[in-house]
Amino acid sequence: MDKSRRNFLKIAGITALGITADKLVNIRAQQAVPKQNVKDSVASKNIIKAQKPGPAAEVRLAMVVDLRKCKQGCTKCIDACNKIHNIPDFGEPKDEIKWIWKEPYEDAFLDQENYYMKDEFKNKSVPVFCNNCDSPPCVEVCPTQATFKRDDGIVMMDWHRCIGCRYCMAACPYGSRSFNWRDPRPFIKNINPDFPTRMKGVVEKCEFCDERLSKGLLPACVEVCPEKALTFGNLNDPQADVRKLLKENFSVRRKPGLGTNPEIYYLV
Amino acid sequence: MLEHALKGNKKYWSWLLFLAAVILIGFYFYLKQFDYGLGITGMSRNVSWGLYIAQFTFIVGVAASAVMVVLPYYLHNYKAFGKITILGEFLAISSVIMCMMFVFVDLGQPFRVANIFLYPTVHSLMFWDVIALSGYLVLNVIITRVTLDAEHKSIAPPKWIRPVIVISIPWAVSIHTVTAFLFSGLGGRPFWLTAILAPRFLASAFSAGPALLVILCLLLKRLTKFDAGTEAIKKLGLIITYAMCANVFFILMEFFTTFYSGIPDHVAHMQYLYIGLDGKTRLVPWMWTSAFLSVLSLVFLVVPKLRNNTRMLLVTCIIVFLSIWIDKGLGLVITGFIPTPFGKIIQYWPTVPESFISVGIWAIGVFLITVFYKIALSVRREIEA
Repeated sequence: MDKSRRNFLKIAGITALGITADKLVNIRAQQAVPKQNVKDSVASKNIIKAQKPGPAAEVRLAMVVDLRKCKQGCTKCIDACNKIHNIPDFGEPKDEIKWIWKEPYEDAFLDQENYYMKDEFKNKSVPVFCNNCDSPPCVEVCPTQATFKRDDGIVMMDWHRCIGCRYCMAACPYGSRSFNWRDPRPFIKNINPDFPTRMKGVVEKCEFCDERLSKGLLPACVEVCPEKALTFGNLNDPQADVRKLLKENFSVRRKPGLGTNPEIYYLV
Repeated sequence: MLEHALKGNKKYWSWLLFLAAVILIGFYFYLKQFDYGLGITGMSRNVSWGLYIAQFTFIVGVAASAVMVVLPYYLHNYKAFGKITILGEFLAISSVIMCMMFVFVDLGQPFRVANIFLYPTVHSLMFWDVIALSGYLVLNVIITRVTLDAEHKSIAPPKWIRPVIVISIPWAVSIHTVTAFLFSGLGGRPFWLTAILAPRFLASAFSAGPALLVILCLLLKRLTKFDAGTEAIKKLGLIITYAMCANVFFILMEFFTTFYSGIPDHVAHMQYLYIGLDGKTRLVPWMWTSAFLSVLSLVFLVVPKLRNNTRMLLVTCIIVFLSIWIDKGLGLVITGFIPTPFGKIIQYWPTVPESFISVGIWAIGVFLITVFYKIALSVRREIEA
């Protein structure tokens, strides 16, 4: 949300009606400036450049997952993510924490049910992670702004501010968020000292490896994928690979009808 | 005035002692939860809200229902409610405190609760709910304090209290509306995504709340010399009748829209609740019990002969309370998460520690009601003497 509008709303003494008004303004703003018309100002494939603070909407980070390339049974992306992000393994699903994992195609795309689908897709397992939505409902509901959207589109978590109310988990339509139901530290096999561990009682999720982006590296899952099925980049840069892939292929997103504008595109 | 809470007979003290013991057991389990984390509950990655938020939702309704005695008494000068208005307001205070505790024990990082005020977030309904509940608590504390004090001194309450009371009326409606908005604004949870959720919450609140008040009044009559009066009880019965009719009507409207439109995402939740999905039927017997009790209570309420019989009304009120507790305090919150966003059926059931913590908070509420009612009735008796 842009600052001037936020200030305006604050001054206006927002009431419950104000929340609705805010939504309307949001919708109008989206209609007024279609994202495709944003000037071709960033001509870089360089992720470092993408990180530099620029005018809003210049950078819009997104991921393209080529399901045709993604190999069945391969969990390299998941393993890499778990390892560098100190994801615990509790050995049971109740307390489970996951940033990237695989779901059957039919479950990941519940609303795109089709009869007699290609067997190849029907039984396919699809990598899913936080969609880092352009209009994230989790950010909207968080009472402390512990989860927030950066200008480049990454939806971040502040683990020191989160009060653990889990409203974001109720709001997320993708089941992308995990909660630390108990102390995760004893369940991390090899702690990576370069990345923080979390404490019990806070929510976490995929953040497109922001810690790697700031060093000019690609997200870990993108880097390790042996099939090069994952592509990451700035969607507002017409020269970016993500843009080319989307232009040349048919893509789908998860639950686009909810208006969240997920930033993960699947090529089928 | 408050000293009345410290003077009581043996029965009074043993009751409070019993409640204190229950509270202590709850507190013991809370310490365990505090140490281990919320994993001690039945909640999981998929069903991430459970009994705590469900109880919170139900009890907000009880708190809001005080308006059903305050409004007729103060706006329509309905004298028969003169004796019980203060009881309704004290019930509201106790309920709001319980609500706050249920939210508190649900937090993963309870020590950070102040962050809600340190980083006020106007686009979060959680923020507004905290404002609404705290405001309602403050309003009712002021109102009960001032009106009871005036009664104590046998003088008319100060004039400035009337606008405060008038504000408390829409405020009561607002607490339950905002609580409904917590749920009904989430696009990813089809079960809650219904504009009728707030009206439904209010209708169920105005049935269950006054039903509890009737139960309490009749209990007081048996245990103390307090008599709410037949007219007041009868009128409450009538209010419950209208509210319960609206409540059942709203639920039927949900059924129509869900099943006639047949949108799978919406149907699935209802199916889980009333039929079961993939052979998983944990809530089904509960929901049918609730439905049966609702219909039964309607029969008992709509027939004037049954409604106006005090003993029968007591039974009916217990039925109404139980039916709505199951519907709202169990079914509504949990089912929003079942099936999951991936269409999986992962069930939930509260654990022992979770249940004892919840019972402990209820005991705190009953403790407060006991003490508040003791004060109110003692003040009255003093005046009469």
